[in-house]
Amino acid sequence: MEVPILKQGAVLIATFQAALSDADLNQLRMGLVQQVVKFRSRAVIVDVTAMDVMDSFASRTLREIAHMIRLRGAETVIVGIQPEVAFAMVQLGLTLEGVATALDLEEGLAYLNEKFKTTN
Amino acid sequence: MAKREGASLSLEPKQAEEPSELLRELVAHLRQNRTQLREEWVVRISETRLLTAMTKEEIFAEATSIYDSYVEALETEAFEALQAYARNLSERIIPRGVETHEVVGIVLLLRDVLARSLFAKYQNDFKKLNRILDAYEPAANRIANTVAVGFVQERERVIRQQQEAIRELSTPVLQVRERLLILPIIGVIDPQRARQLTEQLLRGIRTNRAKVVVIDITGVAAMDVTVANHLVQTVEASRLLGATVIVTGLSPEIAQTLVTIGVDLGKMNTVGDLQGGIEQAERVLGYKVAKLAEPEPR
Repeated sequence: MEVPILKQGAVLIATFQAALSDADLNQLRMGLVQQVVKFRSRAVIVDVTAMDVMDSFASRTLREIAHMIRLRGAETVIVGIQPEVAFAMVQLGLTLEGVATALDLEEGLAYLNEKFKTTN
Repeated sequence: MAKREGASLSLEPKQAEEPSELLRELVAHLRQNRTQLREEWVVRISETRLLTAMTKEEIFAEATSIYDSYVEALETEAFEALQAYARNLSERIIPRGVETHEVVGIVLLLRDVLARSLFAKYQNDFKKLNRILDAYEPAANRIANTVAVGFVQERERVIRQQQEAIRELSTPVLQVRERLLILPIIGVIDPQRARQLTEQLLRGIRTNRAKVVVIDITGVAAMDVTVANHLVQTVEASRLLGATVIVTGLSPEIAQTLVTIGVDLGKMNTVGDLQGGIEQAERVLGYKVAKLAEPEPR
């Protein structure tokens, strides 16, 4: 199942579905990294609200996405991590250090708007 | 010694009676002498000063029911009724402060009283006494066991229930400003409570859409490695939900412990007291609290 990537102004938004295979994740990673430069986007929001389980591959991919996007000159915000998932991730040592997080899509957009304002 | 010999002897004569028949005989004996044995038992109970929390009449009433259930359990070898009764009894007497040793004590007393009556009855027929005891002892022990286990289980259930209640009461997640939560922690944190705190906090962050959380641990006397690590994990998990955590009220003792055991608190935002924590949280959220006027002198 391919993950759609939506363009909203200067932000790209990718919403994870509940069941994503490793191949889907790899495809999403490549898609985001390519499109962020193609659309001259300033930020990427990855919404994981639908994921009630996050395995190590998924969270490693999230971190890789964030770091690759940074190398491509934009910023990543992960939004919508479920409370249970958050604690499970921390216990596994997957803390997504250096990656911005927000409660939900709205918060993520608010955070980015604030940031764009100060950097402009 | 004599008893052991007797026990082996009893196997040799061609099993004259089946154990169940013996039990039936036993039960008949106990039914016949119900009044007298029960009296004796109650006397023994007050002699040994058990169940002091109950009045004489209550003891007598309970003793009657226990005696009847006891005999019934011996007869039917079905322990469910007795188990249910034991649980019911425990439910009634636990709030009155009856201890485990008292419950076990009275059941063992009953066992002894009945055994004595068997000795008295069959004193002239040693072999028969042995066979009767062979039938009686395992059943009696099982009854004692059932009652004791029932009592302890009931007690544990009550304790669990109370712990649960205390825990729920002791972990409030409060909203003091829009998007600002306070989690005051008071008392001892064991791993289970720590997990519950985390769960409630993370859920609170989500439902209140919190951006900043102040965890106040002024009321926590001590903290061990596990709990400290758990606190760090809670802070990190909160960050994954997009909330900043400020920890306040670390006592000198806890600070020292944490430094000594080398917990990495570098990721944590700490402020001396709750007031400072709330002030910093307000700054993060962009609030500015200003006094409108000097309070009027009284």
